[in-house]
Amino acid sequence: MARPATEAELADLIRGATGPLSIRGGNTRGMATEGEPLQTDGLHGIRLYEPGALTLVAGAGTPIADIDTILGEKGQRLAFEPMDHRALMSTAGTPTIGGIAAANISGPRRIQTGAARDHMLGIRFVNGAGDIVRNGGRVMKNVTGYDLVKLIAGSHGTLGVLTEISLKVQAIPEAEATLVLRGQPMHDALADLTRAMGTPCDVSGAAWLSPEATGGPAERRIRIEGMSGSVDYRVKKLTDLLGADDIHRGPDSAALWREVRDVTPFAGQDGAVWRISTRPTVAAGICETLARTGLEMRTIADWSGGLLWLMTPDKGDAGAAAIRAQVEAHGGHATLIRAGAATRARVPVFHPQHPALDKLAAGLRTRFDPRSILNPGLMETS
Amino acid sequence: MQMPVPDPRILSQKDPLTAALREVLPADAIITDPAETRAYECDALTAYRCPPMIAVLPATTQEVSDVLRLCHRFGVPVVPRGAGTSLAGGALPTEDCVILGVARMTAVLETCYEDRFIRVQTGMTNLSVTGHVEGDGFFYAPDPSSQLACAIAGNIAMNSGGAHCLKYGVTTNNLLGVTMVMMDGEVIEIGGPYLDSGGLDLLGVVCGSEGQLGVVTEATLRILPKPEGARPVLIGFDGNEVAGACVRDIIEAGVLPVAIEFMDRPCIKATEAFAGAGYPDCEALLIVEVEGSPAEIDEQLSVITAIADRHDPVEIRESTGPEDSARIWLGRKSAFGAMGQINDYICLDGTIPVSELPTVLGRMNDLSQEYGLEVANVFHAGDGNLHPLILFDANKDGDLETCEAMGAEILRLCVEVGGCLTGEHGVGVEKRDLMSHQYDPADLEAQMAVKDVFDPRWLLNPAKVFPLAASDARRV
Repeated sequence: MARPATEAELADLIRGATGPLSIRGGNTRGMATEGEPLQTDGLHGIRLYEPGALTLVAGAGTPIADIDTILGEKGQRLAFEPMDHRALMSTAGTPTIGGIAAANISGPRRIQTGAARDHMLGIRFVNGAGDIVRNGGRVMKNVTGYDLVKLIAGSHGTLGVLTEISLKVQAIPEAEATLVLRGQPMHDALADLTRAMGTPCDVSGAAWLSPEATGGPAERRIRIEGMSGSVDYRVKKLTDLLGADDIHRGPDSAALWREVRDVTPFAGQDGAVWRISTRPTVAAGICETLARTGLEMRTIADWSGGLLWLMTPDKGDAGAAAIRAQVEAHGGHATLIRAGAATRARVPVFHPQHPALDKLAAGLRTRFDPRSILNPGLMETS
Repeated sequence: MQMPVPDPRILSQKDPLTAALREVLPADAIITDPAETRAYECDALTAYRCPPMIAVLPATTQEVSDVLRLCHRFGVPVVPRGAGTSLAGGALPTEDCVILGVARMTAVLETCYEDRFIRVQTGMTNLSVTGHVEGDGFFYAPDPSSQLACAIAGNIAMNSGGAHCLKYGVTTNNLLGVTMVMMDGEVIEIGGPYLDSGGLDLLGVVCGSEGQLGVVTEATLRILPKPEGARPVLIGFDGNEVAGACVRDIIEAGVLPVAIEFMDRPCIKATEAFAGAGYPDCEALLIVEVEGSPAEIDEQLSVITAIADRHDPVEIRESTGPEDSARIWLGRKSAFGAMGQINDYICLDGTIPVSELPTVLGRMNDLSQEYGLEVANVFHAGDGNLHPLILFDANKDGDLETCEAMGAEILRLCVEVGGCLTGEHGVGVEKRDLMSHQYDPADLEAQMAVKDVFDPRWLLNPAKVFPLAASDARRV
């Protein structure tokens, strides 16, 4: 196992590599490819933190927990609410900011404030030839040259190994509250959630959990955050509009969203787990069609239906053909997040894309990693 | 400023290419008469002009594809053009290029409020997108100052921002998908009305690539419900430093205004003479705008004014209604017009870490004295995006050159303190040769590698963004 302690060491190591490297931060997402493990946790440490400029710069190997702590001391946080995969994936490592950035991991608040990639102001990385590359910076607005930050975010280490990330952070609002309504079927609940998103109430979480996910009645959740008077005002407005059985506040509300963020209802259960990004208004229809074809599944909908978490039996193709056909027909993409080795061997993790996009992606990989040594094959779908 | 020497081989293709274009475009969509191509000789960076060889105005994605396929076959460079409002020369032609304007592509293709998106042809102006949905209570968030005129195509090419991006982000944060035509004529779809990418984030690198990777003909944009209301407060200070400190404290307090605008004394003076908005006589002023219901606005403004009070303001003027709000914004919105009336100016666009504001404003003042040119500042303070306006006299020999040299020095200063050359205008030709000041050769090489993949022959907007020396070997 290689564990470089500096960017220069990492560059030397990649330049001198003779075979494939399997890149990992905390290895909590179970995405490791074949090859010599290359762990980035040596590249850790907060390099700069300016609360007044909402800016934090950290080494890629810095644990998310360290970042949460230092931000928390100043009443700030990462707005994009990155998921912690450990419970769902039954892994034990330490999630790092590099892993979050490389996979563009965002949580429930993504519908309001944007994804991880939207909060990344700049990066440093080492490409497959061992060159150190810098892009972006640490300022909020920057259109100087091409935005490689976005390209590298979500490239899962296949274009380069991140060494440092600048982030835009957010002040933790004074108050939060969640409206819970129980017993609503999916179609009605998602209609309510998209309606809530269409009000000026600035909703920061909109989710629905099926009875199979809650172990009780289905639950529709809507989160509001902000100054306390404003939260009260918007809670009342949304309750009048859409109804609520309970209003959870403060830590109780936060706990409900950790559950959605980390998909904990599917933790410790047998089954493959899919993550589907699609249009909110087609999500219920997709699930109904899949159920009609006989696919056994449990459902959690986040992002007002724009994000579906499906747990399916981990046998055969785990529903891949049916799920991907539905997504293909309605727009979006389906990623296989959790599955046993047998399923993984026959189902590509990433959603197959149009050949024209595949060609561009392959071209970029060839240029950024000419020897094809960085997580080779990880994002290929054919 | 240097541009590549026109290629006689390409110039000799004018007639055969025109004939081929006539087979795929209506006659009135092809402009070859030198008197008429002159209309496309520059964008809003008017200091540089050069009529193109041909200009075309396709009306559909298919026509754009046909044009690009032909230009690719003839080996003719193409410069895409939105509405021609670029301040960086992003749409500046070369003598041997075809200008491809999207001005005829202005249709709305689909609107869905439940999924909060609109799909449009990219010749639509920024403001007309909001115009299309505001009757139903929605808006398109990025709001560059030129929003009345600028096209979505150009917004995507330059990743445009605006006064309200402190809260809502810039174009890239509000763009969900594109239909794009590659230089060889192939039409591709990237993204769509759903979030994030299943594979590599190609959309993220297309946005802001200044028309060098493809021609975006259709775009899926995120639209948002309009807030119930908005209200600004104007705060005057007797120094730039205190105003800067106040900005920092507002942000640190966790209030998220939609805009924090900053004007310094030269700018206040000029706009007062021009628009008579009744601004206080002071060294620096902030306009801070918040959104929400009336009670929410009061709640936020009370926090902001309490913070401002700690910085000994000369004056705090809270808006009490729409008329007041309009007066508070009047001076800010007429700032550029006011400066234009006094003098010629160039407008810079560097961004700095907010904490460096007092230092940078101080150094700019020194430079102003050193070069003998006046600088006025009006900018988005919340995100550190400066817009220094350097005043010069275009009729005075050498004044433009002095002004550009001073501008370059200010931009180098922005980079030095941890910022960047351009926050929202783009590199274009204007800042092309300063790129090597911000980026090392390996950094530029990685960016140029992306262009190699999308446009291997470097025919799309080839002489922009990268220093000519760096891109020389790639451009034929």
